[in-house]
Amino acid sequence: MNGSNQEDIQSAVGRTIERVARESYGRLVAYLSVHTHDLASAEDALSEALVAALKTWPRDGVPQNPEAWLLTAARHSHIDVIRHHQVVLEREPTLEFLRESSTEPAVSDTFQDERLKLLFVCAHPAIDTAMHTPLMLQMVLGLDAARIAQAFLIAPKTMGQRLFRAKTKIRCGGIQFEIPQERDLPERLQAVLEAIYAAFGIGWDDMVGADQRARDLAEEAIWLARVLLQLMPGEAEVQGLLALMLHCEARRPARRGPDGRYVPLSAQDPKQWSLPLIEEAERHLAEAFKRGRSGRFQLEAAIQSVHAERARTGCTDWAAIALFYEKLVRISPALGTRVGYAAAVAEASGPETGLSVLDAIEPERVSNYQPYWAVRAHLLHLLGKGPEARHAYDRAIGLAEEPAMREFLIQKRG
Amino acid sequence: MQFALMIYHTPEEFAKRTNDYNDPQLGAWRAYYKALVEAGVYVSGDALEVPETGTTVRLREGKRRVQDGPYADTKEQLAGFIILELPSVDTALEWAARCPGASLGAVEVRPLAPEAKRRGFTG
Repeated sequence: MNGSNQEDIQSAVGRTIERVARESYGRLVAYLSVHTHDLASAEDALSEALVAALKTWPRDGVPQNPEAWLLTAARHSHIDVIRHHQVVLEREPTLEFLRESSTEPAVSDTFQDERLKLLFVCAHPAIDTAMHTPLMLQMVLGLDAARIAQAFLIAPKTMGQRLFRAKTKIRCGGIQFEIPQERDLPERLQAVLEAIYAAFGIGWDDMVGADQRARDLAEEAIWLARVLLQLMPGEAEVQGLLALMLHCEARRPARRGPDGRYVPLSAQDPKQWSLPLIEEAERHLAEAFKRGRSGRFQLEAAIQSVHAERARTGCTDWAAIALFYEKLVRISPALGTRVGYAAAVAEASGPETGLSVLDAIEPERVSNYQPYWAVRAHLLHLLGKGPEARHAYDRAIGLAEEPAMREFLIQKRG
Repeated sequence: MQFALMIYHTPEEFAKRTNDYNDPQLGAWRAYYKALVEAGVYVSGDALEVPETGTTVRLREGKRRVQDGPYADTKEQLAGFIILELPSVDTALEWAARCPGASLGAVEVRPLAPEAKRRGFTG
């Protein structure tokens, strides 16, 4: 066998391992930790299994069931890891479980998918809300702390420490790996959905705001929502969230001009929107509505659905959007929602009305909130209030993070 | 807690500097400064002249050694600094990301030494 052939095999196997790791990571971590509650050890065991795969697969060929191979390898190293990490006395039942399970036939084709429990653990009320999304990205998707830190604008070392603390709490804090009871389910599911949506980018507002860091995570978030839908096919809000993200994703190509400049939704060319994504979003939203249980994400998806209509009708039904926003503000009065409502009301009933919605927001909440100042500046400009508009534009420019957004606002300020 | 935002520019950014009030780049900096002041977090700060105007002084064996140019021989050079009063490093990083200097060069965020330690230096 010549050298380049060997390299081809190496890189082909490398790609296979990458793919299997991506598809199976969460399933394997969930399965390995569901009894031990020890996420860190499950991760260590899995990464040792992946290293072993990198060594043996190029030599022996990719096994018929790569996931089962990884699970067997991970279980073996998991026993060692647990022995190493824990006081044996305390963990005797765990070791017993692992010993038993590791003697099962090595290539059992299927094993219980415990990812849903893992998702609920990551977004558990006892865990700091700010850590829900980072935990999910690490435990279910296998992203490393450095990449998560990038996305959340936190120093990598700090993110590593926070993840470590959260995992310690999960191991020692009596957090159960279970599907919540019927009575707690809506609230617990809401936390999971919020965490997935946070990965997609809270800053993904239509009028303004385009978060550079969120873009890298958008795909991961959609993938998580698909996994969740697969695990909970009957939940309207899960489909609502997926529909919302697909609608936003459909517009990605239209959000930037050829020169990289920011293009607001109202100026986007609908021909650049992705029709297949819009159709998929509409399908999910229609199914969600049929279940007759409204919710925050279905309403947000409905707003995006009205925007998407412009591809067919050539115009935007702002009255419908304002109405959906009004319902949304009632159930979820987040700052972004109220600013979005103001923008929609301004389009439907004039800038004066929109401005009065903005004025009703407590000033101390908006001093650092960029979208508020961008919408405010726009409305003041429409009302011919030059100096006040310029002041608001300055605040919006000063708070902008993305260069394209900054340029766009500087141009508009004039 | 106080943090220093140290702004590093590339040579291209230094070359682009103008004193034209209507320069959009300057406009972005002015807006950033205003946002800091209105958020109530700004303590102090200033811009530095281009690195070529710097002089570096060392005292070795009782002799002065003076060298033209900046201290560090790196592509990106210190261009200015801002001191902010903020509750946490997380918020400091948020403000650093909004800094117009972050999109081309780099912004280093570093906490100021605590008051007691500083008093030791300054008496």
